Amino acid sequence: MSANEFYSLNVNGETMSVQDSWVGESLLYVLRERLGLPGTKGACEQGECGSCTVLMDGEAVCACLVMAATAVNSEIVTVEGITTDSELTDVQQSFVEEGAVQCGFCTPGLIVAVHHLLGKNPQPSEFEIKEAISGNICRCTGYGRVFAAVEATIRSRNDSK
Amino acid sequence: MAKSSLVTKPRDILGNSALRPDGAHKVQGSFEFTSDLHAENMLWGATLRSPHPYAKIVSIDTSAALALSGVQCVITADDVPGKPTYGLISSDQPVFAQDFVRYMGEPVAAVAADHPETCRRALALITVVYEVLTPLTDPEDAIAGSFAPIHPDGNVIRHQRIIRGEQSISGPIVVEGEYVIGMQDQAFLGLEAALAIPDPDGLGLHLHVATQWLHEDLTQISACLNLPADKIRLTLGGVGGAFGAREDISLQVHCCLLALKAGRPIKMQYSREESFFGHVHRHPATIFMRHHADSNGKIVKIDARFVFDGGAYTSTSPAVLINGITHTQGPYKCDNATVDGYAVRTNNPPCGAMRGFGVVQACFAHESQMDKIAAAVGKSPVEIRLINAMVTGDPLITGQIMESVAPVARCITETDAIPLPELMGQTVNELSLPGGSGLTASRSNIVRGIGWGVSMKNLMYSEGFDDYATARCTLKDGIASLKFATSEVGQGFVTLAPQIARSVLGVDEVILEPIDTQIGSAGSTSASRQTWMSGGAVDGACRLVRERLFHHVGLMHSIDPIRLVIDGTDVIDQLGTFRVSVADASEGIEISETFEHHHRATEELDENGQGNCHTAFAFVAHRAVVDVDPELGLVKVVQIATAQDVGRVLNPLSAIGQVEGGIAQGLGLAVMEEIVMKDGKVRNPSFTDYLLPTALDAPDVVAVMIEEHEPQAPLGAKGIGEPPCISVTPAIVAAIRNAIGKNIERIPVRPQDICL
Repeated sequence: MSANEFYSLNVNGETMSVQDSWVGESLLYVLRERLGLPGTKGACEQGECGSCTVLMDGEAVCACLVMAATAVNSEIVTVEGITTDSELTDVQQSFVEEGAVQCGFCTPGLIVAVHHLLGKNPQPSEFEIKEAISGNICRCTGYGRVFAAVEATIRSRNDSK
Repeated sequence: MAKSSLVTKPRDILGNSALRPDGAHKVQGSFEFTSDLHAENMLWGATLRSPHPYAKIVSIDTSAALALSGVQCVITADDVPGKPTYGLISSDQPVFAQDFVRYMGEPVAAVAADHPETCRRALALITVVYEVLTPLTDPEDAIAGSFAPIHPDGNVIRHQRIIRGEQSISGPIVVEGEYVIGMQDQAFLGLEAALAIPDPDGLGLHLHVATQWLHEDLTQISACLNLPADKIRLTLGGVGGAFGAREDISLQVHCCLLALKAGRPIKMQYSREESFFGHVHRHPATIFMRHHADSNGKIVKIDARFVFDGGAYTSTSPAVLINGITHTQGPYKCDNATVDGYAVRTNNPPCGAMRGFGVVQACFAHESQMDKIAAAVGKSPVEIRLINAMVTGDPLITGQIMESVAPVARCITETDAIPLPELMGQTVNELSLPGGSGLTASRSNIVRGIGWGVSMKNLMYSEGFDDYATARCTLKDGIASLKFATSEVGQGFVTLAPQIARSVLGVDEVILEPIDTQIGSAGSTSASRQTWMSGGAVDGACRLVRERLFHHVGLMHSIDPIRLVIDGTDVIDQLGTFRVSVADASEGIEISETFEHHHRATEELDENGQGNCHTAFAFVAHRAVVDVDPELGLVKVVQIATAQDVGRVLNPLSAIGQVEGGIAQGLGLAVMEEIVMKDGKVRNPSFTDYLLPTALDAPDVVAVMIEEHEPQAPLGAKGIGEPPCISVTPAIVAAIRNAIGKNIERIPVRPQDICL
């Protein structure tokens, strides 16, 4: 197979070089298999489930739908880049404490999606929360604990103001 | 001066909401799922699957695929060194199809190559010549014998009757219906994945796999590879949900065969489309039920006929059938019954375990019937269920006595006491209307309905199967280590097991050793059984260790060990003042004990379906409130109220998570989830076409946990995984019927079932 593409991606603030790759590889594949960032998960390959949600120039996108080679001029943030040093973010802490994590496969995508939501809209209504994460399918929790985690994060941010 | 208060965090013992030990890794993306595993020098494996539901294989030519640069090897049925077939109950499913393919998606060959794209191209270069045959797709043809056997074992997988009480008895009220249940997919998010690493000597291997039951996989893999079990080690890779779909073999044997042939590590992971073909589904079923009742609506007799479509291979169909027919009565008293049940073979996809395991199908039928009886005698859905509610000590239609705690009436009344949601105002957020973000519904068209569902579900395995669980506990320097082979699929056994150790041993630090086959079997993570079974094993091992610790402390301090108990994190003398911390008491010593937990014995059913076939039962009630747009056929589930018989809540956070998650899956079966079949072909193998509940579909869940400790259960707790998804489905359908006044006997309820 011709695997001779060379390019660089800006991921989590670092320039990362992609070598000997096939041009057809998705951003999801390149992040996971070439750049050592397996936190982004693949579960549908069609942009339906949101497990592979990453931020691309500040927008939440499905990495499975992005050709990696087209992302060369974008700033990409994955779940690994959401966490600063080894501490959990308030969103991550709430997910653990409110029981929003079961099998955890959808979790990285949800973490990115919730950070994206609260970054753009710090006081979302119930429906704005539901709509914002309706592109992230969770098969385990039925979403109740996920809503609780988002609400707990908002409460703690309001309390610390 | 403000009063100072010392806030102590409650210890993470039983009854408290201990947090998942893997939670931090999961939210950071650093938890290692099986699909995240890598090995040096690794190749990728992929599977070629049949495009036909039924065909004779005339020839397979792999030469062009082998010649492709980057391809290491190609394997077919000829490369299986051991048993050519596998299966959980009957070994009737080929590792690779040899002479015939019997369902669309059946594996025919597999390749190993340097890149997933090379694999894809290599599969396209394998030429299989098929002689396409007419598939058997109607289960009734299998029963009638009107179709030539599609498998050497015949077209009927199992037939079982239940004959109980007076056969000719009837009552003034007779209601009947034929209920159709569509094929549901487990749709776990973490796709099938495995990494097989051959031993340097090529005589064995290590398989990392996402599975529900390591030891059962090991037994089946070992037979197919013709390798002794001690040459194969299985380690649980991170599992992204299971719900029954990982109980059967999928890619395990293929991955091992490729690794042994290539002499290099092989990673396999299915795509979503392949996953729809790669695992068994929930059985589609057709259930006829006729209830005879007295003029008060008390059940006199039930006649029923069950047909489960098992698809091409047996999987767990015989057990699903038995679960279905033995739950014909639901959680209600019934002395007389005539039940006929079939699980049949067709050229549809193989069906097997999914959360609820045969009882989901039975419950949709019996709960629909209860509402028909209620309507016939002029009683409410709650009244009809209360006057028929089963209690402990009642005989079942199998003759088995209900020995479990059976708070059926309490489940119903406590659900009924949960306040109904507010009526929809004239101005509402459009997203809350049926159709949601489609913005198609108009507020003025919406009608509301309320419906009920109540269920009984057996726990653990049945029919004489001893599905024991094993655990080892080691105490050293105040730290407990636990070893078990229990599959953690997301349910939270890794949270519960340390809670047990902390409660029994008075330790705070608990280490979980790798989950693998280096200890005895834990049985499957299914049948709502691991809290009871592996929980019982961990509890037993910890108690044995505690006994030896007391003996040691007694010797050291000249106290009769019988006087010693654990108090918090100390060992104390109940009759004196002696007190020593568990950490100090266990300093410098190591105590290790292994315990197997077995549940009570069960029996097979006789020819009339009589016998003590089940181990224990759990109950739950659901009340659904729905908004329906009758013109567009759209449904929004507004609220689910539920009271569940759990025995004892061991971790409130885990418990509510199971309840809410199960309800979402039952909602999916009620109104959206179905694998659509046509002539044996799957028409919607993707998340674009197979719809799953999203955050906008999630109803408000109001749950009550009914805690009446179950004396048979080692921790007093019943399994809680399956009941939430069982009776919620008929409750939602009943609410739809209630809203639109139309009888619907098929799930999932499609828009055309409502509006046409």
